[in-house]
Amino acid sequence: MERKAKKIVIKENYCIGCRLCEVYCITQHSKSKDIIKTYKGKGPVPVSGICFEEKGSVSFAIQCRHCDDAPCVENCLTGAMYRDKETGRVLHNREKCVGCWMCVMLCPFGVIKIDRAEKKVVSKCDLCIDGAFPACVEHCPNEAICLVDEDGKKIEKT
Amino acid sequence: MARAKSACEFVAERDESRCVKCQACVRVCANDVHSYDGDTGALFSDYSKCAGCHFCEDICPTGALTIRRNLSDTRENANWTKDYIYKIIRQSENGGVLLTGMGNDRPYRNYFEHIVLNASQVTNPSIDPLREPMELKTFIGRKPDRIEFSGAGKSGGHVLKQKIPPQIELESPIMFSAMSFGSISLNACKSLAKAACDFGVCWNTGEGGLHSELYPYSDRVIVQIASGRFGVNPDYLQRAAALEIKVGQGAKPGIGGHLPGEKVSEEISITRMIPAGTDALSPAPHHDIYSIEDLRQLIFALKEATGYVKPVGVKIAAVHNVAPIASGIVRAGADFITVDGIRGGTGAAPAAIRDNVGIPIELAVAAVDQRLREEGIRNQASLIAAGGFRTSADIVKAIALGADAVYIGTSALISLGCHVCQKCYTGKCNWGIATQDPYLTRRLNPEIGARRAYNLLRAWSLEIKEMLGGMGINAVESLRGNREQLRGVGLSELELKILGIKHAGESW
Repeated sequence: MERKAKKIVIKENYCIGCRLCEVYCITQHSKSKDIIKTYKGKGPVPVSGICFEEKGSVSFAIQCRHCDDAPCVENCLTGAMYRDKETGRVLHNREKCVGCWMCVMLCPFGVIKIDRAEKKVVSKCDLCIDGAFPACVEHCPNEAICLVDEDGKKIEKT
Repeated sequence: MARAKSACEFVAERDESRCVKCQACVRVCANDVHSYDGDTGALFSDYSKCAGCHFCEDICPTGALTIRRNLSDTRENANWTKDYIYKIIRQSENGGVLLTGMGNDRPYRNYFEHIVLNASQVTNPSIDPLREPMELKTFIGRKPDRIEFSGAGKSGGHVLKQKIPPQIELESPIMFSAMSFGSISLNACKSLAKAACDFGVCWNTGEGGLHSELYPYSDRVIVQIASGRFGVNPDYLQRAAALEIKVGQGAKPGIGGHLPGEKVSEEISITRMIPAGTDALSPAPHHDIYSIEDLRQLIFALKEATGYVKPVGVKIAAVHNVAPIASGIVRAGADFITVDGIRGGTGAAPAAIRDNVGIPIELAVAAVDQRLREEGIRNQASLIAAGGFRTSADIVKAIALGADAVYIGTSALISLGCHVCQKCYTGKCNWGIATQDPYLTRRLNPEIGARRAYNLLRAWSLEIKEMLGGMGINAVESLRGNREQLRGVGLSELELKILGIKHAGESW
C-alpha cells in the first residue's frame, strides 16, 4: 500500500489573515530562499502554493490536501501529476504537463493554480519538498496552520 | 486658528530597502495606519492613527517597520509638557472626559526600586534551590488563632484539634488579576485560565461572569461579586474556588465601570445576564454596602450561599485610610483582602482618576500588614497585593512587606502580547486582548497564550526561589512579613517608618 502523506491542518479560528504563509511559501520556493532577494531580486517571483480565502472576519489558507484518492492524479493524461511513492505527496512534473487543466477542474479544493502564459500548471503545495518542514507551518504567527502525521498527530519542528 | 491636529504620538518608520510590499501591515492594523495604493504600488502610513502597539512591527517578515516616538516636540517646559498640552487640545475639541487604559503612567515614586533584598553571608548559609527543596506553596484564607494537637492519632501521628477554615492552595504566590470577559476577549480569559490551572494558581473572572467555555477551569477560579452583580447566580458561586467582593479597583477607586453597549455581544450578554447591546453599568458603590456592617451581611450571605466551604474575600483600592478600612473588612468576616495599588490597571478609566487617585501598593501593604498585626487579627485574613508588579523581585519585596500573595494583571497581558499602548478602551486591541471584534480576537490563540502565561509564572517562580535561597530561606512562608530582609535606599525616615524597614547600612 502506498504511504499516506503528512497533512497540513488549518485552524480557521486562529487565522489572522496576515497572509505571511504566502510570503514564506514564495520565499521557500525561490532560488535564494531569502525574502528580500526573492521579492526585490531580478528573477521572477514564484507563485505561492497557497490559496487564501477570506470573508468577513473568517479567513484561512488552504493548500493541496494530498488526497488519498487524488482525482488530479487519477485523471492526469500524461502522468505529470503523480504520487511520490516514498512520501505519499501529490507532486507535479512540469516537463510532462501539457496544460489540459483537467487537474484544475477536478480538484475538490481548487488549490491548483494555472499558468496562462505557458499553459501549464504553475503551482501547488509540495509540502516543501526542499525543506525539512513546511514554511507556512513554521512561520504562521498564530499557529493556525499545523502539520500532522499519517495518524493525525501534530508534528513540531525539531 | 482654533484648531489643531490631534497628537501624532508615534511614527511607523518604513525601511523601503527591506519592505517587500507583502501588505501584511495593511491587513493587520485595526487602526488603519497602513494603506496600499494599487495604482502606484506604494504603501502609505497615516501616523496620526498609530497607537504604538507594535503589532505591525512584529508581524513584518523583513523587519522593515520600526515604531518610534514622534520627535515633533513642543518647547521644553517642565510644567507645560507635550502630554498636558495635547490633553487640553483633545478636550477642547471633544469636550469630554479623557479616557485611558492600563495602569497609572505618572512618575510617582516606585518604592520597589528603593528597596533592596538581603542575602546570607558566613553567619547563615544560603540555599541552592536547584539542589535543595524550596517551597512556594501558599494558602489563601483565614488561619486559626492557634494550633493545638491532641496525642497520637490512629496512624501514630498527631491530630490537629482546630478545624482549619476553607483555604485555596496555590503552587506559587502569584495569581492572575480580575479581568472580565468583556474587558478582555474570551481567548485572553481562556489563556490565563488554562495557564493558572496548569500551574496550580488561581485566575479571576472580574465582574464579567463565567462563560460556559471557561467551566473546565472553574476549580481554580476566584469569582467576583461586583456592584453590577453581573453574571452572579448560584451556579457561578458554586463552581468557584473562592469568592471576591469587589469594592474598588486601583486604577479607578471610587469609580464604577461602563462596558459600552456595542461591546455587549450575544456571548457577553449571556455571561453577564443582561440584554445584548445594552450598556453594562457597574455603579460606583455597592448599593447595599454603606458600612462595615453591610459588608458583613454580604460576606455572610455569600458564605451561607456556598455552605462555608470557600474563602470569601474583599477587594479594595489602596486609598488614604486603607489600614483601618482593611481592619474593618477583616472584622466583617473576610477570609482574604485584596488591596489594589495606584498602579493597578484597567480596561477603561478616566485618565484624571487613574493618574491621581490612590496610594502606592508598597506603602499600602506595609500599612495594612502592620495595622492587622498590631490589632492581633493578621491571621484572620490573607492579604493579596495587586497593582503594578513588573518582576519577580517586586513580588518578593511585597511578600516581605507583608503580602500573602500577589495578583498580576498587566504583566500577564504582556505575556499574551500586550505592549501597554494604553488604548484598551478603544476596543481595537491589535493583539486580540482588549477587544470583542471577532476579526481581532482570533489573533490570540489560547494555546499559545496559555503556554506563554504559564512560562511567565514558571520563570518568576524560579526567580523567587533563587532570591529566597540567597536569603537562606527555604519556604515563602518564612519570607512573609519578614521585613528584616529588606533595606531602603534613598528613602526618608518617614517612608522607612511606614514601610517598617531599615535604611541600607543599618544593621542589628
